[in-house]
Amino acid sequence: MAKITLSNLAHSYIENPTKPEDYALRKIDHEWTDGEAYALLGPSGCGKSTLLNIISGILTPSEGKILFDEKDVTTETTANRNIAQVFQFPVVYDTMTVKENLEFPLKNRGASKEYIEKRVASIAKSIQVEDILNKKARGLTADAKQKISLGRGMVREDVNAILFDEPLTVIDPHMKWELRTQLKTLHKELGHTMIFVTHDQTEALTFADKVVVMNVGCVLQIGTPEELFKKPAHTFVGYFIGSPGMNFFDVELEGNIAKLDDKQIELNYSYEKTSKKIELGIRPEFVTLTNNSNDIKIEIDRVEDVAHHKIVRALLNGKKVNIIVPEDEKVTEDMTYISLDKDKINIYVDSWLVEGEKIS
Amino acid sequence: MRKTVNQKAWFLVLPVILLVAFSAVIPLMTVVNYSVQDTFGNNVFFEVGLEWFEEILHSERIHAALGRQALFTTIILLIEIPLGIFIALNMPKKGFWASASLILVALPLLVPWNVVGTIWQIFGRSDIGLLGHTLANLGIEYNYSQDVLSAWITIIVMDVWHWTSLVVLLCYAGLQSIPSAYYQAAKIDQASRWNVFRYIELPKMMGVLLIAFLLRFMDSFMIYTEPMVVTGGGPGNATTFLSIDLVKMAIGQFDLGPAAAFSLIYFLVILLVSWAFFTIITNIDKQEN
Amino acid sequence: MSLELKNVSMKVDGQTYIYNTNLTLQKGTMNVLLGRTLSGKTTLMRIMAGLDVPTTGQIIWNDKDVTGMRVQDRKVAMVYQQFINYPTMTVYDNIAAPLKIMGKSREEIDEAVKKTAKLMKLSEMLDRKPLELSGGQQQRCALARSLVKGSGLVLLDEPLANLDYKLREELREEIPKMFKESGAIFVYATTEPEEALLLGGNVATMWEGKITQFGETAQVYHNPKNAITAKVFSNPAMNFLRFTKKGDQIYYGKNEQRLIHDALKKIDDGDYLAGFRPNHLQLEQEDGHLIRFEAHLNVTEITGSETFLHMTHCDDNWIGLIHGVQDLEYNAKLNVYLNTRHIFVFSTDGDLLHTASYAEGR
Repeated sequence: MAKITLSNLAHSYIENPTKPEDYALRKIDHEWTDGEAYALLGPSGCGKSTLLNIISGILTPSEGKILFDEKDVTTETTANRNIAQVFQFPVVYDTMTVKENLEFPLKNRGASKEYIEKRVASIAKSIQVEDILNKKARGLTADAKQKISLGRGMVREDVNAILFDEPLTVIDPHMKWELRTQLKTLHKELGHTMIFVTHDQTEALTFADKVVVMNVGCVLQIGTPEELFKKPAHTFVGYFIGSPGMNFFDVELEGNIAKLDDKQIELNYSYEKTSKKIELGIRPEFVTLTNNSNDIKIEIDRVEDVAHHKIVRALLNGKKVNIIVPEDEKVTEDMTYISLDKDKINIYVDSWLVEGEKIS
Repeated sequence: MRKTVNQKAWFLVLPVILLVAFSAVIPLMTVVNYSVQDTFGNNVFFEVGLEWFEEILHSERIHAALGRQALFTTIILLIEIPLGIFIALNMPKKGFWASASLILVALPLLVPWNVVGTIWQIFGRSDIGLLGHTLANLGIEYNYSQDVLSAWITIIVMDVWHWTSLVVLLCYAGLQSIPSAYYQAAKIDQASRWNVFRYIELPKMMGVLLIAFLLRFMDSFMIYTEPMVVTGGGPGNATTFLSIDLVKMAIGQFDLGPAAAFSLIYFLVILLVSWAFFTIITNIDKQEN
Repeated sequence: MSLELKNVSMKVDGQTYIYNTNLTLQKGTMNVLLGRTLSGKTTLMRIMAGLDVPTTGQIIWNDKDVTGMRVQDRKVAMVYQQFINYPTMTVYDNIAAPLKIMGKSREEIDEAVKKTAKLMKLSEMLDRKPLELSGGQQQRCALARSLVKGSGLVLLDEPLANLDYKLREELREEIPKMFKESGAIFVYATTEPEEALLLGGNVATMWEGKITQFGETAQVYHNPKNAITAKVFSNPAMNFLRFTKKGDQIYYGKNEQRLIHDALKKIDDGDYLAGFRPNHLQLEQEDGHLIRFEAHLNVTEITGSETFLHMTHCDDNWIGLIHGVQDLEYNAKLNVYLNTRHIFVFSTDGDLLHTASYAEGR
């Protein structure tokens, strides 16, 4: 187990990068706490795989350093960093049995037979492959193979971190649940530092203690699932997390009053004056449909019934608004207004979250 | 997903079938005819049933040729397959040198077979050949037209030079298809170079290796041109392999009957071995899926 | 315009991929084939398209039997999971391709391509090659090409499966728009129940080569005819509990029994299978007819606005979906409550006997 530190780390695939766009990964300074489960979340091309490959050692960063427990490993190979990595598609040694697969890393290090037996038995139990230990790896299902890939990574006790690169991609949707819960249980049991790359918010939020949200090579926010949900630091985070994502309205701000359309909304905080672009962000869960003409007027486009709640797709002055209505509530014809829960409003200036002064 | 089946495709093959029928099947039928007939001369033939087949199968001369052939093919396969794998493993996979090495490796395959024979024939002469002259100067006894061992070594080295490239190219293609994640995983597992070969590269190359093995087996079992040009089957009949013997019988001695029977047996042996390989390859394919 | 499958079945090499199926799809309907991988969705779609000939049965299109007809002669469009586009042609040519084959004039082609590109938000990319585009854009190109033909039947085989989830959300909103524009019969295959619910229309749940139920999406969801449909059309999967009713008590697990309330009193004594959805399990005791279950909580998963509880109850693994972020202790006892009006009662063979009372009239 080790503390991983990224110091002034950046990466560009081009020889002499000049503009920010030339970087696949922009400057990042971060310390990954030992033993925590992290998720790197972001859309395709945001740099998460680049970051993962730098941590694992497959890629050497063009700038900056990476340290394991204060030791500079920037130029060290993957093997020397004691990293285990699980890839997008299962990587198993086809000609070996499951047991031999799990023994392989230990055999290569010359461990004793008794030690190997003990470790393999314990790992096999944790990942629940005890009943297929003597089967050849070749004919197994994708999720079994992924578990073996994982097991092979964990069988070494001194592993510093386990990295996962979108490992559930090839798994059947109804098995994803099972594997996710198993991974989570494993993490609780063994306490390794785990870093999980994904573009699926459910995977990230359910698996990780802390999620790193990335876009276009930048780390936008690192926080717990709750923080990311309640207080996204950037409008992209608000949009990306949550299904559907956060609603954003262009507003004018005066002190603690936000002007939306021709309505005034009282906020809990008062904000400084600024000439930059101001947006009000609120999640669909905290917007209520009403029939009160004093509220903000909207036009309902479609109502989608997702069984455990309904999603109302509406337009406010041509801009999209999503509202989540609980299962048991009805949507009637006269409900063409919305009211916003002011405790759950966030204000964004130039796309970044700003904190105001609390009104007493 | 299953591919669609369209019987109209047979029409596209029809011209080829007619051509092959004309140029191959009819002559083949003639050979079958000859194999069950004998002649007293003057183009008068009479049926003798399977007499020729029996004679061939019991002929000592044929057995000897078969023995030489088997030895040759075995040695060839034992050298070319591992050597081919070795070279393929060490060829660069990316960049300028990848293309350059591919071209260099492919060159021997482009040389016409009788030219290959001629090259080595001259190469090995002690008067004007670079190899022969150098060896003579070093005091090593080397004469492929008189010494059996020299003849065998020359033919084997020539075949290795000529055909290892085929194995190399096939193995190289097989290696290219291995995703880099496997190598990375092996690095993480701290597998030795030998283990990487044994557990990752070799299993993934298995399909391609079998094809290489089959091709080399067939070709070396039928080999004619190169040894014929270099040694003519000599010294004596030291390098008289099956097809050389067959030609001697058919054209040299004009023993059409035995020659015909011989060629049919020859054909069946190769067919049998190829079919066996094909079955193995498709079984492995089925297993993988 | 309608598509009818009569007694269609598909057997290959002795294995049955599709069992005897009868299905009628009407013009202008969105029909979702919902089922797990290998349940037969793709095979069924290939039969509808004409790519495969069924072992038995007929395909009737607009009252005409087209069973043996080649797919080139039928007017169908199909979109696959992998973004399939002609790699050497520009986006414009890709979309224009079917029209060129049909022999339309230059002006007609231009107009149709520009209109479809605008609908699929590709107007700026018309002169680029597919491989220069992102995954989402490539799939839009494939979708545009399928639309521009004006076919009567559009088949989509998990078209969004290879896109990241936000893109999937975006494109999923555009598919109903596409559908409205074209007025054709849409058949959309997916493994995600949520997609079926979001797309609306009709749904056919598939399991191991059989269609277990076909009908209006909301109807099928709230009124599954059998336990398999309920299981397939539920994400996370439905929870089940075997119980026996005697008099006014129900017995389940090893020795548990509960006094039951009105909703369950009306069924006869006997053995049954109860099914209920994860989002109907509650942590608090509300008023109403609640049954309390003592479960063992294994692990929780938080998705920002909701929490999934993975628990075990008497050897059954259950999942609960609770609102909000709940930080509960793992490996501990957990009391969960279920309102009896949310219980579907199935026979032990899986046939629906009583719909959950909340679903009546939906």
